[in-house]
Formats: sequence, structure tokens, C-alpha cells
Amino acid sequence: MSGNLAIHADGLRKSYPGPGGAVEAVRGLSLSVPKGEFFGLLGPNGAGKSTTIGMLTTMARPSAGRAEICGLDVAADPVAVKRRIGVVAQDNTLDIELTVAENLEFRGRYFGLGRRAARARAHDLLALFGLTDRGRARVFELSGGQLKRVMIARALVHRPDVLFLDEPTAGLDPQSRLHLWDILRGLQADGQTILLTTHHMEEAETLCDRLAVIDHGRVLACDSAKALRDSIGAETVVTVVYQGGDFDLAAVHAMAHADRVEAADGQVRVFAKDADGVLSDLVALAAKAGLTVLDASQISPSLETVFLTLTGREFRE
Amino acid sequence: MTTTVLTKAPAVRSRTLHTFTAMMARDARVLRRNFVMSAVRIVIQPLLFVFVFAYVLPKVGGGGAGPGGEAFSTIMVPGLVGSSMVLQAMAAVTFPLVMELSGPGAIEDRALAPVSVRVLGLQKILSAVVEGLVAGVLVFPVVLLVHAQGQGPAVSVANWPMLVFVLLAGAVLAAAIGMYLATRIDPRQIQVLFTLVMFPAMMLGCVYFPWSSLDGTPWLQIAVLLNPMVYMNEGLRAVLTPQVGHMPTWAFLTALAVGAAGFVWLAMRSFARRVTQ
Repeated sequence: MSGNLAIHADGLRKSYPGPGGAVEAVRGLSLSVPKGEFFGLLGPNGAGKSTTIGMLTTMARPSAGRAEICGLDVAADPVAVKRRIGVVAQDNTLDIELTVAENLEFRGRYFGLGRRAARARAHDLLALFGLTDRGRARVFELSGGQLKRVMIARALVHRPDVLFLDEPTAGLDPQSRLHLWDILRGLQADGQTILLTTHHMEEAETLCDRLAVIDHGRVLACDSAKALRDSIGAETVVTVVYQGGDFDLAAVHAMAHADRVEAADGQVRVFAKDADGVLSDLVALAAKAGLTVLDASQISPSLETVFLTLTGREFRE
Repeated sequence: MTTTVLTKAPAVRSRTLHTFTAMMARDARVLRRNFVMSAVRIVIQPLLFVFVFAYVLPKVGGGGAGPGGEAFSTIMVPGLVGSSMVLQAMAAVTFPLVMELSGPGAIEDRALAPVSVRVLGLQKILSAVVEGLVAGVLVFPVVLLVHAQGQGPAVSVANWPMLVFVLLAGAVLAAAIGMYLATRIDPRQIQVLFTLVMFPAMMLGCVYFPWSSLDGTPWLQIAVLLNPMVYMNEGLRAVLTPQVGHMPTWAFLTALAVGAAGFVWLAMRSFARRVTQ
């Protein structure tokens, strides 16, 4: 195996006993994440994201297949793997009997720091995450955004090689979410390898170098957000709303990039896989015909389009 | 984000013993923080018992003699110390663990520490043993000192090594049973644990009467052998108040040793299965 892989999973499977027989949550999932990459696992509820994180973080035992963190097998050497990873779970997993500062301090001590070093480390991390004045607070006194920051700080106490974040911004208000994104970007800039699960498209798109879209326990596609968008062949939609005459539709059809054209009620809409220059060409055509342009817009295919194309549109709970 | 967060020299002293000690230190800090409330909770029941049975009843003429003619206070010393230790050691592991296992991921805080899941389980048992011993230390002076004049218990340590063994093995047995129950019970049934396990264990645990006094009701004498608390209390009785009749020494020593080893094994297995699915 290549020495620069932070995460490597090969044919990972996990089945749980269910009322009607075994339920397969993950069915042959494979992925590789090089060191320093910000990698996203994107999938609908029940796709197997959390189970996958569970196996990669030694909290669930794979039924088949194998996974390695920095070359260490998660099933064969869980203790060594635990030294290399930091985990921010979806739910609050802070120690409710301890204060915020103690949560960080004891995490440091569990990982081999002496008492004084652990306290200093907790102090540094609280300062870094803007939580200095919350150090003595009990866990239940924190807001949702503060809780997540404490959990991330705690996951970084022992300087893990790989940071796992399971839906870190779920349930946060927009301000907290943006703040958290800044923190994660900062970590990435420092070279931290991060694996994040989310079903928040903007989050996946703005943060992740590469994404794996997973559903029914399998990887459906894995690439950068742009490459994923390109791969499904979705079209950009360019719309011009006008008045004062008729568009020269023949000229629109003749445009180099226009794959399809729709026109109705003072609107012309061009669908193009490569939309470079389409909007300006349309506006120029309108000007040439002496039309007044009321509105012009361009909508690129979003990651959501990719996601829905790959995972289907049916409602899941 | 400063780069020092990630690039400072990584922690090196990551050894199992260090982690284990840090976890014990965490439990000690929590115990210290909640000490007053815990102490009151632990002491209140034995205190009321000796107050009523060794002080009030003798005063109002209800007598002070227990089964076999010994002062009731003498009968109760090993029983109340033993039962308090058993209940506290059980509670110390059962209640937090039921919460940790029922909430999503709450156990992860320590399950992600760099030790095997079994080491984490052993740490929880040892921590509960310490809490059980603390309970014994708190209750002992209370049951020794609260009594009406002339009703004091006759207590002396007959065999120190056996006392240490009974205290430790009894607390380990109780903590292991507590852990086993916590890994098996549905959190919604935690009240049932009180009414169907802890309360009957207390009433039929040879706390208020020595096992030998059940000679006249052999079916009950045999039935209570299912109650692990009996062996702890009879063991303490044999060591602290040997003049009161007690179960044969080989019987409680064997039950405590085999019971503790067996339940630790069962509890570890069940705990590891619950934590690592």
C-alpha cells in the first residue's frame, strides 16, 4: 500500500442483525484518501455514512473487507489506529461530568500527556477556538456551535493524523456553520487530513477536495465536485427575459454551445453543457434586435443535481 | 488557525497504564466533586436503620436483641457495611454505563482513548470497586457508633487478610454484576432494576439476620444463596463478628472468588460487544 494514504478502505462491509434477517448497512465500500486531503462522504440518510465512519474509527467491526488508517489495520490494531485519529461524532459525546476545559485536559491525559502538559494544551486549544471564557462551563451550558467547537478541539488534543467529522454542522445556525467552516479550512491549510460526512451540498462543495457520493452502502461516484458535475452531463441553463420585439431564434439555435433552446412569453432559455460566452452572446443578440433585456441569468448544475441524479429522488427518513 | 495546533511534537507517553491511570484520575475528580451528595446518599439508609433499630427501638422498649440473642446492632454492622458497599459498587458502574450505552455515542469519549475496550471495562470495574470501598469506610463508623446506651455492637477483626479479601472480592463481584446488568438492560427498565433486583437483594441479603439463623426455614436458606450480597455480608460477619453464627468459611470464600472471576469475564465480554458493534 502506498505510504501516503491516510485512509484506505477496500471492500468494506457491515451487516447488523435485524428483525427480518441481517441488514447490510455497508456493502463493499472502497475508497482511498491521501494525506492532507479534505475528503467528503456525501449521501442521503441511511446511506451508510456513519457506519463507515464507525468502522474507520474502530467503533464498529467490519463484517468483511479491510480498512487502514495510515497503513494500520483498523480491525487488527485498533489501539494504534485510535492514537492516529480524532473523531467528532454527530451527537454530543462530551463527558457531561466534566467542565469544558477538563474535557480537553483529560483527553490529553488519556493520550499520554502529563497533567501539566494536558492543562496547557487544553488552555491553548480553548484560546484557539474562542472558548477561553467557557473553560469552566459545564457541557450542558454550551450552545450548539460551542459544543461542536469543543468537540473539534477535543479531537485535536493529541494531534491526530486524520480527523473524522460526522455531519459537523447539522443543526447549527448559519453563523455557527460559517464559523465552523473557517475553522475547518484553517485546519486543512495546516495540512490536516479530514474526512467529513454531510448531506449539505454547499458544505461539501466549498470544503472538500474530493467527494464520494455514497448510497445503499456503496460508493456511486468519487471525484472533485466540478468533475462530478461534469460527469453527469448536466447542462447550464442561461435565461434572458426581454421585451420590445422578437428574438432571432434562428440565430440562437445557431450559437455554437446551445444544445437546446426554449422560447416563450418574452423569455429565451438556452441549455448548454459548456456555457462559456452563451449569456453575453444572448444579450448581444437581443441588443442587435433592439430588444430591452429585463433580466439575464445563468444557473450551473449544482452538486445537488449530481446528488439527486445518483441517489434518486424518493423521500427517505 | 496557528500551525502549532498540529505540528508541535506529538505526545509520546501513550501507554496503557498511563491511560488507565488518567481514567481513574477522571473518576476520582468526579467523585470528589460530587462527594457530599454521594456521601449523604450512601450513609442515609444505614444511618436510619441503626438509628431506628439500635437506638429508637431499644429506647422505646422494643428490645435490642436480634436473631440468636446477639445485640441487633452487632448483627447489622457487617450486613449494613456489606450491603452499602455492594449497592454502591453496583450503582457506580450501572447507572453511568446505562446512560452511556443508551445515548448515541456517549461511550465514545473514553472508547476512543488508546486502550483496548476491555481495558476500559476493567477500569470501570476498578473505579466502581473504589467507590464501593469508600462507601464501606463511610458507613462503618456510622453503624458502629449510632446506638442506645448498652446496645453497642461487639466488633473486632478476627482475620485481617480475610477481611481484605472479602472486601475486595465482594466489591469486584458487585461491580462486575453491575456492569453485566448495564450492558443487558433496556434503559427504560432502570426503575425495575431497583424494585426487582436491588431492593429484594437488600431485604434477603442476610443484612438484618445471619444466614445461619435461617436454619428453621431451609427453603429460604437455600433460595437466598442466589443473592450475591449474601456472601459479602456473611464474609464480613465471619471476620468482624465471628461470635455470631455465619456461613462456612469455604462457602463464602469460594462463592466470592468464583463469582467475581465469572462475572468479570461475563461483564467484559458483554461490554466489549456493546461498545464495538
